[in-house]
Amino acid sequence: MNQESSDNNPFVASTSRRSKIDATVQVGFCAITYFIVLCAVVVFADITIKGAPVVFPKIFGHGGPVVNTDLFTKDPETLVVFEDADADKIAMGFGEFTEYKAENPSAVVNNEHTYAFSAGGVRGPILGTIFLITICIVVALFIGIATAVYLSEYSSKGRAVDGIRLAILNLAGVPSIVFGLFGLMFFCFFVPVITQTPIDRPGFEVPPIPLPFGYFISFQGWGTCMLAGGFTLAAMILPVIITASEESLKAVPMGFREASLALGATKWQTIHKSVLPYAYPGILTASVLGITRVAGETAPIMFTAAVALRDELPWQGLDGSGLGAVFDFLGQSVQALPYHIYTVASKIPQTEYTEPMQYAAVFIFMLLVMALAGLSVWLRVRARAKLKW
Amino acid sequence: MTMTKAKHSMENATPATTSSAVATAETSTPRTIIQIDDVNFSYDGKVDVLRDISLDIFNRQVTAFIGPSGCGKSTLLRCFNRMNDLIPGAGVSKGRISILDTDIHSPKVDVIELRKHVGMVFQKSNPFPKSIYENLAYGLRIAGERNREVIDQVVEESLRGAALWEEVKDRLNKSALGLSGGQQQRLCIARAIAVKPRILLMDEPCSALDPIATAKVEELINQLKEEYTIVIVTHNMQQATRVSDRTAFFYLGELIEVDETTKLFSNPSRTETEDYISGRFG
Repeated sequence: MNQESSDNNPFVASTSRRSKIDATVQVGFCAITYFIVLCAVVVFADITIKGAPVVFPKIFGHGGPVVNTDLFTKDPETLVVFEDADADKIAMGFGEFTEYKAENPSAVVNNEHTYAFSAGGVRGPILGTIFLITICIVVALFIGIATAVYLSEYSSKGRAVDGIRLAILNLAGVPSIVFGLFGLMFFCFFVPVITQTPIDRPGFEVPPIPLPFGYFISFQGWGTCMLAGGFTLAAMILPVIITASEESLKAVPMGFREASLALGATKWQTIHKSVLPYAYPGILTASVLGITRVAGETAPIMFTAAVALRDELPWQGLDGSGLGAVFDFLGQSVQALPYHIYTVASKIPQTEYTEPMQYAAVFIFMLLVMALAGLSVWLRVRARAKLKW
Repeated sequence: MTMTKAKHSMENATPATTSSAVATAETSTPRTIIQIDDVNFSYDGKVDVLRDISLDIFNRQVTAFIGPSGCGKSTLLRCFNRMNDLIPGAGVSKGRISILDTDIHSPKVDVIELRKHVGMVFQKSNPFPKSIYENLAYGLRIAGERNREVIDQVVEESLRGAALWEEVKDRLNKSALGLSGGQQQRLCIARAIAVKPRILLMDEPCSALDPIATAKVEELINQLKEEYTIVIVTHNMQQATRVSDRTAFFYLGELIEVDETTKLFSNPSRTETEDYISGRFG
C-alpha cells in the first residue's frame, strides 16, 4: 500500500532548477541576515574584551580594584613611556612623571615617548557628554514636539505644510559635518545675545543694536560652548523627533479629540489633556533612541562645543552668581567622549599604550548609551502600563 | 404584506412614545430650539452632500434622524455643535442654523461655548483612558472648576442621571476602560450631561451595543428628555419608534419627510419614506 502510493505520489519533491534556486535564495538571505548579527557580536565583543578589563580590572583577573576609579575621577593626561637604567619600560602619567623626575634627579630616562591623552581618566569627557545630551534632549524635545503638534493638530493641508515636511526630510539627509559647520557659523558666531559688552568684530554684517540701560543686542554668537553644541546636536536630531512625534500623535484615536472638543474644551486643552499624554510614550522612546545616536556624533561638536582638554570642570570658576552663573556655565566649552575617543584613536600607529584608554572610553561610552536606551524602554513600559486603550 | 407588517409594529410602539408632547407644553422656553433654514452642506466646497434642509427641532423632545447610510444625517447632526469644523474645507454653504435663536455660524458665536450647550455622544463609545471619576470631571476641569466638592457632586449627579451610579459607585477610581461596552456608552452620556448642555446629540449611540445594553440606553434617553433636547441618529427604525417623538427621514442628502414619529411610521405622506420604513430599500 505504502509502496504503491509513493510510486504514484503526485506530490513527489521536484528536482527542477526552480526548486534549487528557491533553496539557494533562502540560504543566501539567511546567511546575509546572520552576517549582520555576526558584525554586531564582533563589534560588541571587541569593545567589551578590550575595554571591560580596563574598567573592571579585578573581575577580569588583573591586579587592582574592582572598578578602576581613576577613569572616573581623573581627567585625560599625556602618557609618558621611558626606559630606566635596567632598560625596563615604565609608563606613567605626565603629572606622575614630573614628580618622579623631581624626586629622583639622577634617574635614567631613555627612549622617552609620549602618547597624548592616554593616561589619567575620562571624567571630563563623561561629564561633558552628559551635559551635551541633556541640553540636546531638552532643546530637541521642546522644538520637535511643538513642531509635530503644529503639523499634526493645527496645520491644514497645503503647499506650505508640504514644504515644511520636505525641509524636515532634507534636514535628515544633511551630513553631520555640515551640521557642525552650520553650528559654528550660526550658534557660535551669529546668534544674538543680550550683553553690556558687544563685540563688533569686522566681518560681521549686523552691527549691535543698542537697548536701554547700556545693554546691546549683539550678533556675536555664543562662542564654542556646550549650549552651541547641544543646539547643533538638537538640530541634527529634529527630523527623527518630529517624525516620531507625529506618528505617535496620529496613533492617538480621533475619538479622544472629538470627545474633548464636544465637551467644550479649547484646542490646546484638548491637545494638552487628551492627546499629548497618550502620545508621550511613543515620543519618548523614539526620541531617546534617536538622541543616543547623536550622542556619539563627533563632527557636530568638534567645532561647536568640544575641546580636547580643560583645566577645570565646567562649573568651576564661573563668573557671577545665580542666573548669571548658569549662563556662564552653559557658555563653557566641554570635553566629550566621542571627541576624546577621536583624539586618542587618531594617534597612528596604535600601540599597547594607547589602546587601553581608547577602549576604556569606548566601553564607558557604550554603557552610557545603553543606560539611556534602557531608560527609554523603562519609561515606555511604565507609561504603557498606565495608559492603555 | 410588508406594509401591513410595518404598520403593525408601529402601532405596538405607539403607547411608549405619545406621552412626551405633554412634557414639552409646560416649559417656558420657546418650543423650537434648533432651527435649520434652507441649509446646504459641503465637505469640499464643490459637491453639496446636504441640500435645502429646513427643519425645526423642538425643545425637550427626542428627534430621530433616519435614512440609509450616506444620506447625510450624521453630517447634519455634527453641524449642530460645529464638529464639522474639524474637517478642513467642510462647511455650511447655504442657509443658516440657529440654536436658541442665535445663528451658530455668526462670528459672535464662540464655538467652545456652543459646544458646552450642545453636547454630543458618539457612535463608538470613547471614554478617555482615565478613571471613571476623571472622565466625568473632565468637562468641569476644562471649564476651570477646581472645587473638589462641586466636582464630586456633579460626578454623582451625572452618573445617577445616566443610570450608572449604582453600577460604578464603588469603582470610581478604576479605569473607565474596564467597563462593558454598554456601560462605557452610558458613561459617555453621563460625561456629556455633566457639563449641563441644553441639547444632546447622539450619533448612532447603540450601533455597537447588544440588545440589553441598547435597551438600557433607550430607557435612559426616555428619562433624559425630561430635561434635555435630544437629537438621535439611528439606523434602527424600531429604535426610532421606541425613543423618538419626531422623526426626520433623509435620503440622498435631502430631507424627505419630518413628522410625529407615530404619524411618520404609520401613515407616511411620501412614497420614499414608505418604501424605506417598509424595508423595500436601504
